[in-house]
Amino acid sequence: MGAPLLARDSEPTIFEFSVPGRHAASFRTTNLPSWTAEELVPEGFLQSDPVALPEVSERDLVAHFTRLTHRQYSVDLGAYPLGSCTMKYNPKAADAGASLPGFTQVHPAAPVNCAQGWLELLVELEETLCAITGMHAATLQPAAGAAGELTGLLLMHAYHDANGESDRRRRVIIPDSAHGTNPASVTLSGYEVVTVGTNARGGVDLDALRGLLDDDVAGMMLTNPSTLGLFEEDIVEIAEAVHNVGGLLYYDGANLNAILGIVRPGDMGFDIVHLNVHKTFATPHGGGGPGAGPVAVSARLAPFLPGPRPTRDGAGYELTTPERSIGRVHSWHGNAVVLLRAWMYLRLNGGDGLKRASEIAVLNANWFNERVRGAYDIAFDRPVMHECVVSAKSLHDEVGLSALDVAKRLMELGFHPPTVYFPLIVEEALMVEPTETESPQTLSALADAFLQVARESREAGNADEAKAAPRTTPVRRVDDVRAARKLVVTFDQRRPD
Amino acid sequence: MSAPFVAHTDAEIAEMLAFLGLEDLDGLFKEIPESLRLAGGLDLPPAMSEPDVAWRLDELASRNKPCGRDLVCFAGAGSYDHEIPAVVKAIASRSEFVTAYTPYQPEVSQGVLQAIFEYQTMIARLSGLEVANGSLYDGAAALVEAVNLAAVATGHRRVLCSEGVNPHWRQQLKTFSRGSGNEIETVPLSGGVTSWDEVDDEGPFGAVVVAAPNFVGCLEDIARARVVADGFGARLVVCFDPVSAGLLRSPGSLGADLVVGEGQPFGMAMGFGGPYLGLFACRLADVRRLPGRIVGETLDVEGRHAYVMTLRAREQDIRRERASSNVCTNQTLMAVTAAVQLSWLGPKGLREMALGCARATRYTREALCSIDGVQLLTSAPVLREFAVRTPVAPETLVERLVEDGYLAGVPIREGFEGTAYDGGLLVAATERRTRAEIDGYAAAFEKAIR
Repeated sequence: MGAPLLARDSEPTIFEFSVPGRHAASFRTTNLPSWTAEELVPEGFLQSDPVALPEVSERDLVAHFTRLTHRQYSVDLGAYPLGSCTMKYNPKAADAGASLPGFTQVHPAAPVNCAQGWLELLVELEETLCAITGMHAATLQPAAGAAGELTGLLLMHAYHDANGESDRRRRVIIPDSAHGTNPASVTLSGYEVVTVGTNARGGVDLDALRGLLDDDVAGMMLTNPSTLGLFEEDIVEIAEAVHNVGGLLYYDGANLNAILGIVRPGDMGFDIVHLNVHKTFATPHGGGGPGAGPVAVSARLAPFLPGPRPTRDGAGYELTTPERSIGRVHSWHGNAVVLLRAWMYLRLNGGDGLKRASEIAVLNANWFNERVRGAYDIAFDRPVMHECVVSAKSLHDEVGLSALDVAKRLMELGFHPPTVYFPLIVEEALMVEPTETESPQTLSALADAFLQVARESREAGNADEAKAAPRTTPVRRVDDVRAARKLVVTFDQRRPD
Repeated sequence: MSAPFVAHTDAEIAEMLAFLGLEDLDGLFKEIPESLRLAGGLDLPPAMSEPDVAWRLDELASRNKPCGRDLVCFAGAGSYDHEIPAVVKAIASRSEFVTAYTPYQPEVSQGVLQAIFEYQTMIARLSGLEVANGSLYDGAAALVEAVNLAAVATGHRRVLCSEGVNPHWRQQLKTFSRGSGNEIETVPLSGGVTSWDEVDDEGPFGAVVVAAPNFVGCLEDIARARVVADGFGARLVVCFDPVSAGLLRSPGSLGADLVVGEGQPFGMAMGFGGPYLGLFACRLADVRRLPGRIVGETLDVEGRHAYVMTLRAREQDIRRERASSNVCTNQTLMAVTAAVQLSWLGPKGLREMALGCARATRYTREALCSIDGVQLLTSAPVLREFAVRTPVAPETLVERLVEDGYLAGVPIREGFEGTAYDGGLLVAATERRTRAEIDGYAAAFEKAIR
């Protein structure tokens, strides 16, 4: 067992540091009349008691949140091989760029002549994303991947509406390996989800798909490479089949990191593409967000894009709304500062660097897959793309070790675990995405850790090590059931047992 | 060929390829049909060095006119120039918060989980409701989710929405109604407040939506909106301003079922519109319909306090097409930022911030109203923002004042076409505005409308 990965002392909540009368805030001296609240707010509107926020000194505040950071794993600490999440290193140059007052202090409703630099950057980003995806135009408004999906599906609606076919086209087809956001977005878009199965090679079951395709299909959503980390070999046939019944093909860009500069969604026949800049273009995940989910489309869908959108206007830049726009999908222009980070990443890499990034991401995943073969089951034995799905099924059958146990034991060995139990169609799935930014040495150590977990459980004839794991983390396995049954989601709901 | 963030040497690549029995990197992609492969690579400029990119970015920045350096900010409309102390920037840029993933593995994610738990508590207290989620994209997204929740919970798809709700948010209710099937009916403003009397409809409605204070700056009677909602059996959704919450009675205490808002004032730069923070709070009774992530407290196997994402069965990765929302990635880092800012403010600081906004707004309003030709657009009381009309078109006025170093406000157009407010100018003054700045602004304003 290694040294503790993170601090184990529990930290009280900020509310428990509160002392009445303590205070950290300070404001500008304004020299304005000191009107009282009663003079400013009509009777009846004014609160009687201030909001019970913590009363802490700046020093206590900093200590508290810094101690919390010592209980938190992050990419900057080490490998984070979560499949489907593309936890690559986030360049520090982008941190510096994202804090330039020349960008951060621009009001989103400022007239366009006060935001020419912003608009030029966003137009350049749009053009770059179109070059990468092989699409015609893009909206930068969606704030994350799922928002991009819903936007794409509303574009699908608009397209079929314009053709007078929206009443008939009610269904959207999704593979059973898809991310959960796909079916959830389809429901929110007002379409009906139809699931298509997976064939023996891990691809879309083409015969089943053909059986589902009819003129009531609005489109199909597909992730390529799939969530199994496999390239969809039949993509040309799939695109043709969907288009033949008048449907549109939607590309879930969660796995774009495999194919930058190798193959473009537009060339595969996709009509709508969303990108996750917080995956592919290295903007940090922020503990769950913010992201940005631009949506790129082919020429026939461009007239429906959300607006207003940054566009070129001679030598300058404007905000324009396409005539048949579906409307706004964000309060302003999208998560602009996140988009700025993506722009920097793209410039730092250039076309060649992006291609190299994908090549190495795929090399790392294949090398890892090969290294752990034998100790773990390979779900679909084919060359993988940027991630691989291995399974702990044999381990489970032999010594009762689950994918979750493997994940928790990896924490003791110094690694953040991979994604577990996804995709749903693989039993005891462990989905590993090393990304291109982990060195061969880190990758090798990760593979060794995987092998050690399997070996010690099998050879010693007991899997207790892994089942008791983790013992070196800030907390050990937590009681999810209790969390849901005795719901405490605010400090005020805390009560003695 | 190289990539800036890839460590592999040519020798290492060769070794790894040999282990895989491959001759070159191209061999990794043999499953991709040759006909689809991109010949010649991407049509993009070559890589730039870090200093070259920084230089180029600086050049682009110089083509913006940011507030602070170039302009004194009197614009609001959902994005405000508030104080962001160094301590907030320092904590919010800690790489453990910035570069972590969603806390699916609680054992190594207690830092983010606890920060979200603390944030949820603060937002619940601000809103006057029992629970808050771990964030949504922005205020508009939170409103869309609240209306969806109300429609599903009541079984009624029709929504009564005040015209005083931010027009960009109303526009999004409309955009997303194409999918949800919600029908949005707008209740006009009169004198700056919602004229509920004009509602001539038996309902039923799933949601009644009001903003308090509203887009044109006026305080709204939430209790009145509660009565309207009760008349229709609808959920009452209140779009609140979390800064005004430092002075006003909370929406929850006045009967709101769902409270949403834009959290940008709590430590987020204006940043051309994002990333911001969607605030979302509801009653405990609706917690199982709540969109997005929520963190709960529990125990680990040794009986120690621990935090974990809970009620997960609502979420898209488990419930799929029957999920309460499609949201996955949210704005966690912004939620952490807000928690730090709110802790820095404390009850006294939040009140001082709200009072500072109200004082600056009163002073600005009086200064502008003393100018010949400037007319207040509303008669109802305002708090931190107000609307005026001048003989000059608001767009022209804004352009003229930029020349003098002021961002004069936000023209009122979209969403108010043909109303008494169309062509007005929305002016906001925050706690950062000084008497000297406001006096200078008023003088430039007077010059600009002559």
